[in-house]
Amino acid sequence: MSYNNEMIEKYRGNFLKEVTDNVEEGDWVKMCMQCGVCSGSCPLGPHWEHPPQEIFMMIRAGKREEVLESSSMWMCTSCYNCIARCPRGLPITHIMHGLATYSKRLGLAPQQQPTAKFAQLFWNNLTKTGRVNELKLGLSLYFMNGFGEGIKTALKMKDIGLGMLKTKRMTPMEMLGGHGCKDTKGFHAMLKKAQELEDARIGKSGS
Amino acid sequence: MAKKSYSFYPGCSSQKAASSSNYQVSVDTMCEELDIELNEIPDWNCCSASIGYAGGGELPRLALSARNIALSEQAHPDQDIVATCAACWLSTKETQERLNDNSELMAETNTALAEAGLTLKNDKNIRHMVEVLIEDIGYDELGSHVKKPLEGLKIAGYVGCQTNRPFGIDGESFENPKYLDKLIETVGAEACNTYEKKVSCCGGALAFSEPEKSQALIKDIIESAYDNGADMIVTPCPVCQMNTEVYQDQINAKYGTKFKMPVVYYSTLMSVAYGKTAKEAALDGQIIKAKQLEDIANK
Repeated sequence: MSYNNEMIEKYRGNFLKEVTDNVEEGDWVKMCMQCGVCSGSCPLGPHWEHPPQEIFMMIRAGKREEVLESSSMWMCTSCYNCIARCPRGLPITHIMHGLATYSKRLGLAPQQQPTAKFAQLFWNNLTKTGRVNELKLGLSLYFMNGFGEGIKTALKMKDIGLGMLKTKRMTPMEMLGGHGCKDTKGFHAMLKKAQELEDARIGKSGS
Repeated sequence: MAKKSYSFYPGCSSQKAASSSNYQVSVDTMCEELDIELNEIPDWNCCSASIGYAGGGELPRLALSARNIALSEQAHPDQDIVATCAACWLSTKETQERLNDNSELMAETNTALAEAGLTLKNDKNIRHMVEVLIEDIGYDELGSHVKKPLEGLKIAGYVGCQTNRPFGIDGESFENPKYLDKLIETVGAEACNTYEKKVSCCGGALAFSEPEKSQALIKDIIESAYDNGADMIVTPCPVCQMNTEVYQDQINAKYGTKFKMPVVYYSTLMSVAYGKTAKEAALDGQIIKAKQLEDIANK
């Protein structure tokens, strides 16, 4: 049985409980009083399919697929306006990140969502050596929608790249390894253990 | 004043030839003048910023910052951790708060850290460089080092998001923090006191994945600086700096604007006012040249 089906089976329509148990800071969702300050404070608010306030109500209403398959949470810029302004002190930014992470674990995140793709590239990039390789990250971003698109984006970004090179804020040398931690062995072992412990607590993704 | 020493977390973008390496150069110059010693946390790793969540769950992400704190405890047991990058500071501080709040996560984090031969006590102060400047040095002392007051310059202090929310600087409000304006005035320039985009979001990491939506936000931030008569923008955040500087040509092409607004770090501003050379102040790291600061530095 897929992880997603396992969870459907386990919670049987009680989506609020599922979020409370499995989503980072999810136990706060029930505290939302629907004032809408978060939605009105969000810099990308107009682009959200369902702004945070709506997401919270949809969770309570059991709209599981609509929430988890939504591109909404992936619109969070982590500006923390909603956290700073929420009269009930909900850690909304973290809940949005948590919902995004959980939808990804379940395999429900929208496949072509650009931030979902970029954020995964970012994680892959940083966990390789322990530090971000900005050049490789940039190139993988340009080419994340295929080779043709990549060339187009690279050309569009050419002047910015040249500006960064000229001011020594980028170097082609990063292609040949670049920055990283020395103890990559310990670093990777730590991350592996952290992943195992989390899987043991909230279920294994992709199984 | 006696030398002040800190355990320093520079972060990925501050490394040699990385996107905010110019920030690091000017921070080093500023700290030398102010007798601040930054001891780099040995073998630090990336904090995963605010965008690591697609690939990393809660615990792997917490482990990243926990490793940095643990390394700092080991190498510099009596020193506060200081970060210059907003996201580095925020992630590290958030991790500390979350782990102190949740004993189960704390135990799991220590189990993960043991794989790297580390343990975490988690009782350090985790601070942003501007906190060090304001709280440990103070405006008066900061001002006493000024050799070339930046007279005649009008500057928009763009605080942005993550140096301001959710933690911010003690005694400052989220909606209208004043410390950057005060720093601008401390070095002899005029602050744009009515800069209404002071704490608006530039799109952060979404400038990469959602360029059009983010550039619409960036456009407003720059436009407001022009509306307030600013000669340049100053910011404490590497992402703010990069986003508001490098996309101006693309914004001009799309919106028909004629932006050419220099965006500098507070440390660059201070280095120039402290009489340092253009190179020491990292003015050569400006993609949009800060001509007026160059003139003062070369005077």
